[in-house]
Amino acid sequence: MKTRGERQTLFVWMLIIATIIIGYYGRDLAKLLDARWLIKFPSAWVIRFNVEISAAMKWLVEDAAIGPISFTDVTRGIAWLIEQPYQLSLALLADGFIVGQGAEAVPVLPAISWIVVTTAVIALGQYCRDWGLAALVGACFLYLAVFGQWDSAMVTLASVIIAVPIGAGGGLLLGIWAYRHPVGERILSPILDLMQTIPIFAYLVPILFMFGFGPVSALVATIIYATPPMVRITTLALKSVDPEILDFGRMVGTTRRQLTWRVLVPSSSQTLMVGVNQVIMLTLNMVIIASMIGAGGLGFDVLAALRRLDIGAGFEAGIAIVVLAIAVDRLSQAFAERIGHIDRPVTGSWVSRHKRTTLVGVLLLLTWVLGQFSPLLLKYPESQTITTGVFWNDTVKYLNVNYFDALEALKIFFLTWFLLPIKKVMLGIPWPLAIVLLSLLGWRAGGWKLALLCLGLSGLIAVSGLWAKAMVTVYLCGASVILATVIGIPLGVLAALNRHAGTAINLFIDTLQTLPSFVYLIPVVMLFRVGDFTAMIAIVLYALAPAVRYAAHGVRSVSKDLIEAGQVSGCTRWQLLRHIRLPMALPQILLGLNQTIMLALSMLVITALVGTRDLGQEVYIALTKADTGRGLVAGLAIAFIAIIADRLLKAGARNARIRFGLES
Amino acid sequence: MRSSSMKPKAKLSCSDVWKLYGADSETFLKNRASPGGEDLERAGLVGAVRNVSLDISEGEIFVIMGLSGSGKSTLVRCLSRLIEPTGGEVLFDGVDLLRASERELIEIRRHKMGMVFQHFALLPHLSVLQNVMFPLTVQAVGKVEAEEKARDVVELVGLKGREGNFPRELSGGQQQRVGIARSLVTEPDLWFLDEPFSALDPLIRREMQDEFLSLQARLHKTIVFITHDFDEAVRLADRIAIMKDGEVIQIATPEVLVMNPATDYVAEFTRHIPRSKVLTVAGLMKPELKGKGVPVAASDRISNVAKHIIASDEPLPVADETGRIIGSVDRVTVAGTLFESGKTQ
Ligand SMILES: Nc1ncnc2c1ncn2[C@@H]1O[C@H](COP(=O)(O)OP(=O)(O)OP(=O)(O)O)[C@@H](O)[C@H]1O
Ligand SMILES: [Mg+2]
Repeated sequence: MKTRGERQTLFVWMLIIATIIIGYYGRDLAKLLDARWLIKFPSAWVIRFNVEISAAMKWLVEDAAIGPISFTDVTRGIAWLIEQPYQLSLALLADGFIVGQGAEAVPVLPAISWIVVTTAVIALGQYCRDWGLAALVGACFLYLAVFGQWDSAMVTLASVIIAVPIGAGGGLLLGIWAYRHPVGERILSPILDLMQTIPIFAYLVPILFMFGFGPVSALVATIIYATPPMVRITTLALKSVDPEILDFGRMVGTTRRQLTWRVLVPSSSQTLMVGVNQVIMLTLNMVIIASMIGAGGLGFDVLAALRRLDIGAGFEAGIAIVVLAIAVDRLSQAFAERIGHIDRPVTGSWVSRHKRTTLVGVLLLLTWVLGQFSPLLLKYPESQTITTGVFWNDTVKYLNVNYFDALEALKIFFLTWFLLPIKKVMLGIPWPLAIVLLSLLGWRAGGWKLALLCLGLSGLIAVSGLWAKAMVTVYLCGASVILATVIGIPLGVLAALNRHAGTAINLFIDTLQTLPSFVYLIPVVMLFRVGDFTAMIAIVLYALAPAVRYAAHGVRSVSKDLIEAGQVSGCTRWQLLRHIRLPMALPQILLGLNQTIMLALSMLVITALVGTRDLGQEVYIALTKADTGRGLVAGLAIAFIAIIADRLLKAGARNARIRFGLES
Repeated sequence: MRSSSMKPKAKLSCSDVWKLYGADSETFLKNRASPGGEDLERAGLVGAVRNVSLDISEGEIFVIMGLSGSGKSTLVRCLSRLIEPTGGEVLFDGVDLLRASERELIEIRRHKMGMVFQHFALLPHLSVLQNVMFPLTVQAVGKVEAEEKARDVVELVGLKGREGNFPRELSGGQQQRVGIARSLVTEPDLWFLDEPFSALDPLIRREMQDEFLSLQARLHKTIVFITHDFDEAVRLADRIAIMKDGEVIQIATPEVLVMNPATDYVAEFTRHIPRSKVLTVAGLMKPELKGKGVPVAASDRISNVAKHIIASDEPLPVADETGRIIGSVDRVTVAGTLFESGKTQ
């Protein structure tokens, strides 16, 4: 006897299998029935949201106003506020100070010398941890100078220096607001949820439209992208302050402001610094994407090289981003540890207490003064730079000449047996069937509310006329997610069960996560050239980490008692894994899958660059044409796919937790 | 024995204090005069503190004790209004605390109340001295003055020389000394201690109790002290309130609790305590003025003077606080108390 629930589950599974079969023969079926509308959404039914949105945005930018203040005034004001500190940091690090315009421009003060910057980071590394860290960050910055990436790297650093404090500070304030006022939390929490599911690509176009092409737009996009985790972590950190500390603070008669700034924030500073580190990493992650809407620097170099398919140059700039990211990441982590670890005050004069600061200051003055006579002190001589571009180009040539057949065979194998069949199914599924199936899944996983959400969102994608492109997106991300899961979960399980393997796998995953997303693309393009296969590999590399992490965490956190109970009843290791560890870890694994999907969707931007015909391409075209409506609609379609996947998987994970009695 | 007739002025008193957790607890309480445990259960509420009334006199060490979850911390947080009680009244120095504005409350807490916490609640980013100075910094007391006061109390709790250390560099006992110093630096009248020694090893705990008593002998604070350890309660308390499921079952001196427990629950609590540690000489004294030799004080605990009494062949005279002889005590009665394990009467 099967219960009703089991029968329903069985039914849904059968429906999924039926849908896949129908999808595979969808094209033929439609031809046979003479009903092309089944697989191609009839264009007569398409609602042209993009036109209306373009018009609305136009109105917003040209006419919208509250009283005397127009919308453009607001955006200009914001742009001005961001522009000022950015110009300052850009002048300090890259351009130098210049008075006057155009031909009459007179340089007043050159940018800070590469010697001073390198010394400063070495001093900072030594201050935050030890000479080991100092050597590492010093080497990173020297690398940038020697390999000719200094100027671009400093432009990038200048925007990081602006984006991080705004993102971290703003996130802190918002987080405090949400902590102190229930209203704040109620407003922010759904927005943060949404921000986490919407890929950046979705809001690039509106930002471009409001702030224009340029570094300010890029900074705004970066800040919007990098702030949400800080808000989350702040609220979480404040909530997890020991209640006794909170009681103590109130008991000594602090005002609300004192309680926040003198008790809560300092006593959770270590967790807060984790948030700051997140902001930094996300900022660096955005470097290349931001260059699509006007950021210069290393990101621009990579993008330009990719567009020319100049692999060598792209790889060089890509490595420079990685090097910069590693240096900044390690420094900020060390700084975070350092904060919870204050020294006894040292006595003595200011200079003896601030030896490092003094050294850097003196060096700065020296290079500025003596730099007038010897430009070497200001700028690393171009003649001494090493370029590796040729080397990379040669390597690729060599690999392609000697291993062309093997690489090609691999690619064709995957295309024929994996990618193309999935693509055929996705494009062949009749859209009404897909919508019904999604709604059914929603209803099974989370009741009628979720069913309505799935119905509404997938319906909107259909009527926007982007169904086919959405399906290509689902296919590409789906295939990558499947591959990432198939590779990632066993790795995670292995990492959890074997200590040595665990260390190695963790190192591998950590490294993968420090790299900005675009960097993956370059070597893959080198070997496989543009196309779906290339996109897939880049996405898999980027989205692998959460699959591994969550699986490992899930398997590790299965209760010891259960394992012992299994051992006592004579399970083999394999049976333990199969019957106890994996099922109990399932909720975690599902959450990991969710994260994997989110990361895969956020990599869509890449697929555009390698020429796939999906929603990413749609946004990319809109970006180059500054077509707000088109970009926004495509962006929203990506967001809808993300939201549907997110809600379905979260509901599934919750059901799994309830089934195993981990939650009621 | 202290008599209730010459009751000194109450420093802190509360009446009919309730703290209910759950939805609509306030309306629930308004509609019922005195709901019982079953009523609460039916309404799905948790009665963390139920209908508590207390009077704590100036200079008294008032111990609240009960098992884990009996509502001790909640009660003390209601008394200091860290938690808003669901109902009742709390008077501190005659001021209605529950009606005080935020400003007034801050003033009262800054100058008149101090609190010591079970897990010390030290600020991890501040040194010992900075931690102790913190309450003064909050009040914007000048740096020099604050530091001077802080150094004084640090010395008072025996941590001189440790001013520059950070909390994580100290042992549990030392950390709690910092907690105590910090709560004393503002010279409060009313001192709350929520299980201050529970997180410490038994040996350290005894040492801290002794030091606490000698501190109090000098400072004469009004003290509300929470513990779940009856031994500790007996050692320190002038009076003890026993709590169970949010209710105060009995308030009395240790001696009365042992000799006249109000309920079987209280009796169960006190059963394993050796009588001699609780009873005072006054409790065993006979009114005949026949003793010989060095008198013992009426307020001494039997365990402290037993050796003395047993060693003497004759009954010993008993003197009151003023030194007047008011009776005598003999070795037979004392031996009976020392060796018997059940009830005395
Ligand atoms: N915020 C809350 N929400 C619901 N119930 C609570 C809350 N805080 C406390 N309680 C309940 O109130 C009761 C009393 O808790 P309290 O912390 O006062 O006990 P306690 O006597 O101090 O115990 P312990 O010795 O463990 O510190 C407990 O049953 C607890 O579950
Ligand atoms: Mg407690």
